[in-house]
Amino acid sequence: MNLRASLFSLSLLAGLSAVGVSQAATPAQIAAGQEIAETTTLGNCDACHMFTGATEAGNVGPALKDVKSMVPNRKEFYAIIYDEEARNPQTVMPAFGKNHILSPEQINDVIDFMYTK
Amino acid sequence: MKSIIMALMGASLALFGPLASARAAAPINPQADLKAFQGYFLKRFPNVPLAAYVNGPYNFSKSEADQWKQIMEFPPYQFALDTGKSLFNAKFPNGKDYASCFPNGGIGIAQNYPMFDAKTGRVVTLGIAVNRCRVANGLKKLKLTTGPMADILAYMTSTSDGKKINVVVPNNPKALAAYQAGKEYFYSRRGQLNFSCASCHVQEAGMHLRGNVLAPALGMTASFPLYRSKWGNMGTLVRRFIGCNKKVHSAPAKPDSAAYRDLAYFLTYMDNGLPVSGPGARP
Ligand code: HEC
Ligand code: HEC
Repeated sequence: MNLRASLFSLSLLAGLSAVGVSQAATPAQIAAGQEIAETTTLGNCDACHMFTGATEAGNVGPALKDVKSMVPNRKEFYAIIYDEEARNPQTVMPAFGKNHILSPEQINDVIDFMYTK
Repeated sequence: MKSIIMALMGASLALFGPLASARAAAPINPQADLKAFQGYFLKRFPNVPLAAYVNGPYNFSKSEADQWKQIMEFPPYQFALDTGKSLFNAKFPNGKDYASCFPNGGIGIAQNYPMFDAKTGRVVTLGIAVNRCRVANGLKKLKLTTGPMADILAYMTSTSDGKKINVVVPNNPKALAAYQAGKEYFYSRRGQLNFSCASCHVQEAGMHLRGNVLAPALGMTASFPLYRSKWGNMGTLVRRFIGCNKKVHSAPAKPDSAAYRDLAYFLTYMDNGLPVSGPGARP
């Protein structure tokens, strides 16, 4: 099974976790989120952001640590990953949702992972 | 951190500003652009002198700079330089040679390219000029990205080492339009990741994208062609354009396209006054 397909079925299993619905993240979701965050063709978050465990992280964006206090509102976090250009037209952070780089499920997995940082 | 980002954004707005107004049909003014462009970087990185920008990423990473010093003890482009010299000096089957196509026999002229050709109304890069010479002498064009073309350009560029880059945009509507098209290409966002060249090489210049230093746009053209360890061989400026386009998932243009000629014209014009320092070497 390829990564996308397996992520998709994972998120189906997780009951189509909708944005904003607070539900404890499963270890599988967190692991899927890590995979997405560190895969260059998916989130590629560590190209620009330092977070613990990332190897060879960049510093184009701010370090992601203590993320719960950085972006306490999950909806807002979703919006940042979905389309940061809406908040800051000059940003270089790609609009992962709007430009169909990540699916809603994948964005949610990344958020679950980032909230462990 | 936020305040730094805001400051960077403010600084880049200052540079994006002129483009926005240029779109509103303000007169095209390469000289004013050049002053703003160089001034922007000199102000943002006061410790990097103008001529040092030709060393691109090495101003911004001590570890890369140290590696570079070691590499340069045995320059990895030496082989290309030697090959390029003998290719350049070889006679064509018709008895002529490259020297016959260029002013001053092709020696010490690289700083004047890309050049606007009033006859065709198009921008001619040094690579395209080499191919024109071949075609005029009954030979096939060479690939513009790597291989023998990169070797020949390495040799020709080396004969201009240290000369000041001197690209001219004459007061000719087609030349000005080409310059403007290159400028717009540079500042336009494209691809699935929606980056412009300026996103990485102006806005985030000097920062790290993963392990890579984002070279400032100023001085970027001066070391080409260059040997890149990641490629394992030589590459020309268009090879780099193609690589950076692919990075942001946007379709690269053709190596000899007007888009890339004009982009090279704009970018190299911005480097006017800096010393030619090719061939170069990069990680
Ligand atoms: C190409 C660079 C780049 C990539 C890739 C990237 N970001 Fe960002 N990110 C930035 C920049 C730059 C900012 C700073 C704010 C801005 O530009 O609007 C930022 C801001 C953020 C913020 C807000 C921080 C704050 O202080 O409010 C969060 C959260 C974030 N990014 C998470 C992510 C996640 C998660 C990913 C991967 C899915 C990611 N980023 C991928 C460049 C990037
Ligand atoms: C997503 C970021 C990004 C974008 C967008 C981007 N580049 Fe780059 N560029 C890089 C990185 C990273 C390097 C150096 C490291 C490497 O080679 O991977 C580089 C290197 C270069 C170099 C060589 C600089 C040197 O001194 O070695 C040139 C020239 C260049 N880019 C031109 C462009 C142009 C022109 C565009 C737009 C068509 C562009 N880049 C778009 C990231 C980018």
